[in-house]
Amino acid sequence: MLKYLKCRDVPHSSLRMHKALMEGTMLIKIIDPTAAREHEVTPQALYLDRRRLMTSTARSMIAAGVSGVSGLMSSMAFAAKAYDKVPKGSPFDTNEALTPLKDVTSYNNFYEFGTDKGDPKINSGSLKPRPWKITVDGEVEKPTSFDIDDFIKTKKLEERIYRLRCVEAWSMVIPWIGFPLADVIKAARPNSKAKFVAFTTLLDPAQMPGQKSKILDWPYTEGLRLDEASHPLAFLAVGLYGDTLPNQSGAPLRLVVPWKYGFKSIKSIVKITFTSTQPKTTWNVMGPDEYGFYSNVNPNVDHPRWSQAKERRIGELFKRKTMMFNGYDQVASLYTGLDLKKNF
Amino acid sequence: MKKLSARQQLRLEKSVLLLVLMLPLARIIFDYFQDTLGANPVEAMTHRTGDAALQILLLSLAVTPIQRYFRFRRAILFRRLLGLTAFFYGLLHFSIYLVFDQELSFGDTFADVAKRPYITMGFSSLVIMLPLAITSTDKMIKRLGGPKWRRLHKAVYAAAVLAVIHYWWLVKANITIPAIYGGCLALLFASRMISLTRNLSRKNY
Repeated sequence: MLKYLKCRDVPHSSLRMHKALMEGTMLIKIIDPTAAREHEVTPQALYLDRRRLMTSTARSMIAAGVSGVSGLMSSMAFAAKAYDKVPKGSPFDTNEALTPLKDVTSYNNFYEFGTDKGDPKINSGSLKPRPWKITVDGEVEKPTSFDIDDFIKTKKLEERIYRLRCVEAWSMVIPWIGFPLADVIKAARPNSKAKFVAFTTLLDPAQMPGQKSKILDWPYTEGLRLDEASHPLAFLAVGLYGDTLPNQSGAPLRLVVPWKYGFKSIKSIVKITFTSTQPKTTWNVMGPDEYGFYSNVNPNVDHPRWSQAKERRIGELFKRKTMMFNGYDQVASLYTGLDLKKNF
Repeated sequence: MKKLSARQQLRLEKSVLLLVLMLPLARIIFDYFQDTLGANPVEAMTHRTGDAALQILLLSLAVTPIQRYFRFRRAILFRRLLGLTAFFYGLLHFSIYLVFDQELSFGDTFADVAKRPYITMGFSSLVIMLPLAITSTDKMIKRLGGPKWRRLHKAVYAAAVLAVIHYWWLVKANITIPAIYGGCLALLFASRMISLTRNLSRKNY
């Protein structure tokens, strides 16, 4: 049964759409009746913005004919921000000063592109975040694979301004764009055996040159307990600062777990697997006495080689005190009865 | 142009060398004012002064092999300047840590030095270099006497080893750069061993 015409993949002008229909090249997709419809999942503001973008681009194309390249340039500048209209003001937001975009995108730990924090910005041009396939499998009722854009389309995007605390004792404040991880868990319908969620980064040394040297056990993997992953703070990001994720920040999809050290927030995810046993996580395999499975931000449990009591907020010269769970006390109940010194 | 006396020429050469050795510091100051030290300027300053200290220290240890293998006898005339500059960068490196990481709290600093092995190593390296810097003047060399002075200044090897360990123990996963420093140090030790065994065998005849 024909549910609706899906015209995302054809040229947008109605004339061309008409032509496409006449010639039979119009893409017609029969959609699973249980799946969300496009109008249900695309925020109105976002599609209105898309239209505004199209007309504005068309206008500047005309202008470009008149005023040369400058019109084109301005239309490109206008088109630069993909998620400008995503709802802001989450109750989870911190009101601390944002770390400048320049610092967020030039100071990264992403060993797939080199171990220096300046490397990912320089070397991540080889990563191709589109097309991109995400697989959700393991202990779920129906394992599935999605194209990244189809995957994002079924999610209600929002902005979350979170603190990010690196295990190296520095921190940032970043406005992420994305959706709760809980939404993915709900949609995947994990079975009764599912106790953990494991994540895997892309493995492709051609796109990720850092994987050519055996510094870590590639591909990078991370994991959470299912109840941690279901917490409303756990977030999957597709953008930051109102725009799509830059490659060096983990395009096209990354985890953001703000109460844990940054390395838990795995980047460039290709697979989400529900498991019955605790999954292997990269840094824990690399140094089990230094990087625990939990890796909750904890000023009272030092890294064996350095103190975790303080941190340097990027943009500041002196250090500030690190907060338990990075200031996200609402997760404390996840760990009642657990010795956080042993389960670091 | 008037020909320079040997002493004037040496002074000129030393001045040029000093200028070259101050380039890492000049670059830090320049980048600081240009705002090109990156997102974490304190970390950048710490790393750059540490690298400069270690590189110049290794260069000062290379003076004897340079004399031998490159037949550049006059290299010895620049060793004191190299050693003192290495100490200067080490001191800068420590001062940045003391001011920006420990906010001049000596209690916290000593607790950190005692508790963190990699900091213990780095701090010990600097402490070893302090008496060497103090006894680097002509006056002190005379006062101590050649053999005693030379014995004291052998401690520079220990300082270099500790400095490399300090670096090695702080990296998270990629030990390439400390391994390069370690390799250079091993080469310097090897050249010492070769000349030592040669001297010993000569004595036997």
